[in-house]
Amino acid sequence: MIRVENLVKSFGGFRAVDGASLEIATGSITGLIGPNGAGKSTLFNVIAGVHEPTAGRVTMDGEDITGLAPHELFRKGLLRTFQIAHEFPSLTVRENLMMVPTGQAGETLWNTWFGRKHIRDEEAALLKKADEVLDFLTISHLKDEKAGNLSGGQKKLLELGRTMMVEAKIVFLDEVGAGVNRTLLNTIGDAIVRLNKERGYTFCVIEHDMDFIGRLCDPVIVMAEGKVLAQGSADHIMENEAVIEAYLGTGLKNKVKAEETAETAAHEDHGAQPGLGDEAGHGGDQ
Amino acid sequence: MELINALVAVTNYVIIPATAYGAQLALGALGVTLIYSILRFSNFAHGDTMAFGTGVVILITWGFQAMGISFGPLPTALLALPFGIAVTAALMLGTDKVVYQYYRKVRAAPVVMVMVSVGVMFVMNALTRFLIGVDQINFDDGTRFVINARQWRDMTGLHEPLTLRSTQVITVVTAIITVAALFWFLGKTRTGKSMRAFSDNEDLALLSGIDPNKVVAVTWIITGALATIAGTLYGLDKSFKAFTYFQLLLPIFASAIVGGIGNPVGAIAGGFVISFSEVGLTYAWKKVATYLVPSWEPDGLVQLLSTDYKYAVSFTILILVLIFKPTGLFKGKIV
Repeated sequence: MIRVENLVKSFGGFRAVDGASLEIATGSITGLIGPNGAGKSTLFNVIAGVHEPTAGRVTMDGEDITGLAPHELFRKGLLRTFQIAHEFPSLTVRENLMMVPTGQAGETLWNTWFGRKHIRDEEAALLKKADEVLDFLTISHLKDEKAGNLSGGQKKLLELGRTMMVEAKIVFLDEVGAGVNRTLLNTIGDAIVRLNKERGYTFCVIEHDMDFIGRLCDPVIVMAEGKVLAQGSADHIMENEAVIEAYLGTGLKNKVKAEETAETAAHEDHGAQPGLGDEAGHGGDQ
Repeated sequence: MELINALVAVTNYVIIPATAYGAQLALGALGVTLIYSILRFSNFAHGDTMAFGTGVVILITWGFQAMGISFGPLPTALLALPFGIAVTAALMLGTDKVVYQYYRKVRAAPVVMVMVSVGVMFVMNALTRFLIGVDQINFDDGTRFVINARQWRDMTGLHEPLTLRSTQVITVVTAIITVAALFWFLGKTRTGKSMRAFSDNEDLALLSGIDPNKVVAVTWIITGALATIAGTLYGLDKSFKAFTYFQLLLPIFASAIVGGIGNPVGAIAGGFVISFSEVGLTYAWKKVATYLVPSWEPDGLVQLLSTDYKYAVSFTILILVLIFKPTGLFKGKIV
């Protein structure tokens, strides 16, 4: 479990994260939403060790991990992906995956020349694993492609694949759906659910696509202006007045409310709010 | 016949020397380009690293000669080369620990790193002079020629002489072996891939199973090896003088940038572009001209530039490339 307590991160005079406290339960797929500039990505970056927090604490299963460097967190099983997918463009997709596990024998100059047998066995095992991961993600056909040539969505899948090369405990996904078409987004969503169910990965997902959040995430945490605004199930969140206000401003609030009342009157159970999803989602993938 | 004589003259005075010089520049530029792409700064100390490495090789060569060890027809320096590489690599790792590591930790801007390397350059230059002095040293003790002028005349009966010195052949052969080993290493081994990955995307490398300290250490070791090999080959081919390596820095950087800095293939291509331009522009073409146009008797030497200005060639190419194609012939990267 990840627990964030009163986390503050300021850049100069601007407090991007302003006393946020939240919990990410083990085994959950927690969604993190909020309008642009709410401090979601900064929160991610602080938890993942990219930025030092100005104040506050982050613990993982009770252990204080505040301010640890990214590679130290990586070794503890806390992994992240990036809003704009990162990859090694000059390596192939398969090599990108094989690069992930730590402490490989082939990494020392001595073994490179004198420990060939040992390296070969290890590489063979890694190769097998990488191919399994590519199979799981349904991108086996791309294995020998240079990662720099992949589409944005395929790079996102590759990023997800990276987390599967090691025993990850918790994975932070930053805007996994940004610039990804609907079909590929479903593939990514399926992969996340399967990883969660079959391998017990905990996920924390930043995403603007409310359909995606509604389908995958429970609970959902809403941030605005650096603070946690609300927390609860997706349905519950979308009915929360403060959330609608943060997203749409007070002007639109009344209109949405009026529509809501009309809709609620029409159907007893209407699931995700289409209005909220369309207005707040980035919609670039429709 | 005159045409063949002209060709022989061009081969003898331009192609052979420029190829050997180009190979030396290419090896030097490879070291610069590796540091640039992996540690992300222009290493001005590289020229003096070459001087230091060569100095060590010379000292060990003298040691071998005193013990009566020789390498047959090949220069003893080749035998001393692995030891020279080991010492230089150790110095590189030491410098990194004492100097560069700190600046990496505080994430210093590339321009700060460049200035730091200038400081390292002065220290290394002093160290080299302290170690071996400033005199000109000839340490080539192998067979001097593969083909000398007389053999050539007996062989072909041509009027125009052609000589092929053994150091020129050794330079090219050693360079080919070194480059092949380096490309195999970068392309096929896990360590090499880690280095390429680190060069591709440092942030992601830190989030992977790539140990940044190992990558940095290996980079310095390889750079030390490349510098020592390049410096020794240059010293064998010409002669050793502590200060000449500092002057080599300009053509080396020009090579790396012309080829596309950060790109190993570019570094090699750039080395040859620079060497052929330099030699071609400073060669007195009078002889070739008289072979080709016998009726023409030029007054001057038909030399485009005096050899005193040979560094101006690198400068000019450097500026032209930076204005018109800043990424170089092969796409390099600008940090």
